[in-house]
Amino acid sequence: MTNEQVHKEKSAVLVLGCPQVPVQTGIALYLISALRKKGVRTVIAGNRAARTLVEVSDPERHYVGEVMDIDRYIGEIAETKRAFDYHFIFIHNDAGVSYAATVQAITGKTVVALIYGEHFQEIAGMITFPCEKIAAKAVHNPMPLKNKLDEVLPWVVSNL
Amino acid sequence: MGCIESLKYEIILRDASFTECRDYIRSSCREYVDVDPGFKIFDKHIIGVPPISIGFEGDVIIFPFTKPCYGTFLMRIEDHDEAERIRKSASRKKK
Repeated sequence: MTNEQVHKEKSAVLVLGCPQVPVQTGIALYLISALRKKGVRTVIAGNRAARTLVEVSDPERHYVGEVMDIDRYIGEIAETKRAFDYHFIFIHNDAGVSYAATVQAITGKTVVALIYGEHFQEIAGMITFPCEKIAAKAVHNPMPLKNKLDEVLPWVVSNL
Repeated sequence: MGCIESLKYEIILRDASFTECRDYIRSSCREYVDVDPGFKIFDKHIIGVPPISIGFEGDVIIFPFTKPCYGTFLMRIEDHDEAERIRKSASRKKK
């Protein structure tokens, strides 16, 4: 086994939902930072508004690496052009659940669902497919979700 | 919506849930198929919680279309060739 294979960098994609819930961008940047510290390379997938918010929040690109359109991401994993070790799906509405189910069905992997917003429990209850749920009532204040992420992320990176 | 947006479409349900779309198709369409997420329709990978139902009324295709900010739309588009392709390639036929 070559040195390159032993130290193959892991990759994660953060699939952003509609940015109408304020905590999304902050948590995304925090998660990128946390994953980077664990040696995981990150890619952002989202619609134009979600991507732009992340890019404007990190103009020097200290945290944000590759950014891609959410439809292109779905297309590339469906056609097995791209593969990621971890799929973090940001969910605060029904559409987010649909995207998470789609990623899980296409990849067969256990996706990580970050569930937040006013109705986080109701949304979490809609998820019946294999999934690691990280859920908190976080709308404007990111701390409840950040704290949950801090608890679970070491396990996620080690076990998924 | 990419190429779907450029087609002549009609919206049946707006800001619907995936279960509302599935229930509508199964109760209203005499013919429908179930497909898995990622199935291609009008050259787009369909998004949803499996099983995703696609309904037919002759050459009219009724299917859910999800966007992150707008939820799920239930749409009708008439296209003979695409309807036939879906009928042939969908794995599970119902009714």
